[in-house]
Amino acid sequence: MRHEIVEKNVGLLAILILVVISFAGLAEIVPLFFQKQTTEPVEGLEPLSPLELAGRGVFRREGCVGCHSQMVRPFRAETERYGHYSVAGESVYDHNFLWGSKRTGPDLARVGGRYSDDWHRAHLYNPRDVVPESIMPAYPWLFENTLSGERIAGEMRAMQMLGVPYTDEQIAGASEAVRGEREITALVAFLQQLGTVLKDSR
Amino acid sequence: MNNFWGDSLSSFWSAWIIVITLGTIGIAFWLLFANRQTDKTPDAEGNVGTTGHAADGIEEYDNPLPRWWFQLYVGTVIFSLGYLVLYPGLGNFTGLLGWSQEGQWEEEVTRAEERFGPIFAQYQEVPIPELSQDNEAMRVAERIFLNNCAICHGSNAKGGYGFPNLTDDAWLYGGAPENIVQTLTNGRNGLMPSWQQLGSENIENVAQHVLSLSGNAEDPQRAEKGASVFASVCAACHTPDGTGNQALGAPNLTDDTWLYQAPGQSLGDSVRQTLRNGRNGHMPAQAAYIGEDKVHLVAAYVYSLSRED
Repeated sequence: MRHEIVEKNVGLLAILILVVISFAGLAEIVPLFFQKQTTEPVEGLEPLSPLELAGRGVFRREGCVGCHSQMVRPFRAETERYGHYSVAGESVYDHNFLWGSKRTGPDLARVGGRYSDDWHRAHLYNPRDVVPESIMPAYPWLFENTLSGERIAGEMRAMQMLGVPYTDEQIAGASEAVRGEREITALVAFLQQLGTVLKDSR
Repeated sequence: MNNFWGDSLSSFWSAWIIVITLGTIGIAFWLLFANRQTDKTPDAEGNVGTTGHAADGIEEYDNPLPRWWFQLYVGTVIFSLGYLVLYPGLGNFTGLLGWSQEGQWEEEVTRAEERFGPIFAQYQEVPIPELSQDNEAMRVAERIFLNNCAICHGSNAKGGYGFPNLTDDAWLYGGAPENIVQTLTNGRNGLMPSWQQLGSENIENVAQHVLSLSGNAEDPQRAEKGASVFASVCAACHTPDGTGNQALGAPNLTDDTWLYQAPGQSLGDSVRQTLRNGRNGHMPAQAAYIGEDKVHLVAAYVYSLSRED
């Protein structure tokens, strides 16, 4: 039959396969870019401060997302432990998203405010000091490294291009705001705001 | 009918999804029938037809699809249509069952509430000292403690550097039931200011005086000298005799219980560090996380910890 034409022309076969596969993406992915829940921020959501954004950079660099998800799923077992389930509107300013897909450690989507700053510092310096059975690596260098503040303005401008509503004044003052801060301070600042927008609605 | 249509997508994108989804199913179904071969009668020489494919002399028979396979295929198409009618999948159409993941979560929570709510409500009515004697309640409370409190206070509740030991009799904010409930519900913010401005001579003297209050002075003469500064500066919160003030969370300095002695650090160094840099203890409020009924239960557990044996 006409199979032959397709099966003997690899280029045509590849194109047709791509067309078939793209139907799923067209129906499942493309409309998300135009859906209110995924494009509009939840009420009260603010872009990260320069220090928090720098902390996000540290979080990403250290690969925290490899073991910690940031996605509370709508199951009671999860909402009892972590708080309100995550909604897409909380992540509209996240570029790239750090939802993760693996929980070797606990989910961090609502860790903000849960523990004291001192706890986070002690825990990141050496997790075994506060949680003896922990298998998390220690991150002592975060207490030595300081932020130069050189990149933060550029990062914020990139975020601005992607639709995060940073004002030009915020960007102008960003470098000054983070220069000389320890990486640990930035990381803890980032962690302490995670999920706090929907914190009390459980 | 309007009840079955949500509004999260514009009608264009809703229609877009519906057309692609149903269209794909339609095409898949059409493909099945368009390519269907039903005739399996051999020709005069006893050969069945081939598809015409030949690879290195190996040819492919053009036999009909096995019936079970064909029926399974039709079955999946019927299943997918049934699914799309009952569950959300077609754009803004919410499905006839009105299922949503939030709805399922709410149902799950309601079921749990019905089952566990009365148990907690029952505990809620028992006064804390009495509840702390209830073994079953304490077993429930221990689970809640381990899940929420142990991360700072330790699974044995003995605390650590900067995190209070809950099994001793030293209380920063009071160990009465209402104090514990208050601490759990609203959290606490301890604030010991830095006294750098006193100068290193005075800090050393005051440190020795503070140590002397619990009989730990390294240099009694300096301890003597520190008394006046202690009286004018520290006594405001820690009281003149150093026994502290639970209303402020100012620790008792005479009980030889130390919150901020780091492992390997001498007691003198830890006191000097506190005086120089100050301390900021922070107990996060728990009411928002575990709810009032569980606060009551955990308060009873904490109450029981220091009153065992």
